[in-house]
Amino acid sequence: MIRLYDYALSGNCFKVRQMLAWLGLGYQSVPVDFHPGREHKSTGFLARVNPLGQLPVIDDNGFVLRDAQAILVYLASKYDTESRWYPADPQLRGQVAMWLAIADQITRTASAARLHDVFGYEAIDVQACRRGAHEVFRLLDDHLAERASDGFRWLAGPHATVADLACFPYVALAGEGGISLDEHPALRSWAWDFRHLPGFIGMSGIFAASPA
Amino acid sequence: MPFITDDANMLNDWLVAGPAAALDNTSEAAPRTARLLGEVLCLWRDAAGAPQCRLGTQPLAVQARHGYLWVCPSGQPARPLFDFPEYGQPGRRIIDCGGIGVAVSGLRVIENFLDMAHFPFVHGGILGQMPHTEVAAYQVQVDSVTGEIWATDCRFWQPRASAAHGSGSEVIYKYRVMQPLTAMLYKSSSRAGELDAIGLFLQPLDDEHVIAHTLLACYDDTSTDAELIAFQHAIFGQDKPILENHAFKRMPLEGRAETPTRGDTSSVTYRRWLRERGMRFGVRQAA
Repeated sequence: MIRLYDYALSGNCFKVRQMLAWLGLGYQSVPVDFHPGREHKSTGFLARVNPLGQLPVIDDNGFVLRDAQAILVYLASKYDTESRWYPADPQLRGQVAMWLAIADQITRTASAARLHDVFGYEAIDVQACRRGAHEVFRLLDDHLAERASDGFRWLAGPHATVADLACFPYVALAGEGGISLDEHPALRSWAWDFRHLPGFIGMSGIFAASPA
Repeated sequence: MPFITDDANMLNDWLVAGPAAALDNTSEAAPRTARLLGEVLCLWRDAAGAPQCRLGTQPLAVQARHGYLWVCPSGQPARPLFDFPEYGQPGRRIIDCGGIGVAVSGLRVIENFLDMAHFPFVHGGILGQMPHTEVAAYQVQVDSVTGEIWATDCRFWQPRASAAHGSGSEVIYKYRVMQPLTAMLYKSSSRAGELDAIGLFLQPLDDEHVIAHTLLACYDDTSTDAELIAFQHAIFGQDKPILENHAFKRMPLEGRAETPTRGDTSSVTYRRWLRERGMRFGVRQAA
């Protein structure tokens, strides 16, 4: 049984919950008191679960892996027999890896602005984070607009992959960090399409397109 | 007077400024800061253990009660802080679920807290479920002694009423509004015959921003703290985008900008109660 160290309002944890749902894998959620308890920074958690003090972490029958993007790659590689979510084609795989790195940049900017506004992380320079988020969103928006003109809706390849999943939640939650998507129309349209994918589970703050 | 409002409903009342536990390891030289009504306050615990507060060099009235810090900006509170008898009751677990920033008038947040009609639509599968959408008639009264609003006899069918509830049940609710920005909910506990209490205490940053502090005083012998907090955050996280997407961030009290219906008896009473006290903070001024 897979265990997921989880927090309900974490977009990075959502990525893993959604991947597990799409792969049809059951799991045991271990709720971590991220806020206000900061349990992910406690000595016990650092020693036993993740020395980086971050969520999510999975434990797949003793194999422990941290980092949302790494977990998506692992789960898709191990359990997606059709190699749909993490394509085997070398060029596609290279492009997916590039967008996984961009997802990290979204976490450092858009997610950080949300930590400031929602969870009271006062030490974060929220203006710098919002500027940084708009920069990376512009990059995504341009890419998606170009893809759309070629008849494609997703970041890499003909269908949604872990690249889209990794970039999605903190785009969808950007408003909670005071970041408007009004100036990124292709990105908004992509997030809309993503929410309408079959089996989309949503999270608190991101509604599933149709009631469960 | 500093502060971004001159509304006596704010200045002459006790406003929450964060959890009392945040003053552990503080001193006048190394205080904790808290935002309130456009200002940044310094808070600390003195050598005798008493909370202290100042704004710049100006000392402000502060007290620690119900697990939180309460500051009276003017130093002349119009009434004492509300009672919360469940807070100290033996057997109840007291859990501070933390503050969550919300970009909307606090009045909107309290009104939403009082509303049952949105449960099946916003909290489907948890606090409500289609087609159980009816809000049965309930009673709303203003207590003549305390001035608090009480909504009683509220009932709603819920698939999963709390972290401790495993299956669906008709749940009994009581709501209580103590101050314009504080409210309490009492609902059927997993312990038969008891009611769990959930406090919602809003720390006003400005007219369109609050930090929402949630406190549980509940009976639950099985869930971990993290599970109880996760449940509350999942619910609140569902309300948040809806609150923040209000076309008017501030609440209109006059005119016909927004018309409540009969299922919103609590809302009607809350808005009238705010009008009668001349509430202006967080209120959208009529054009």
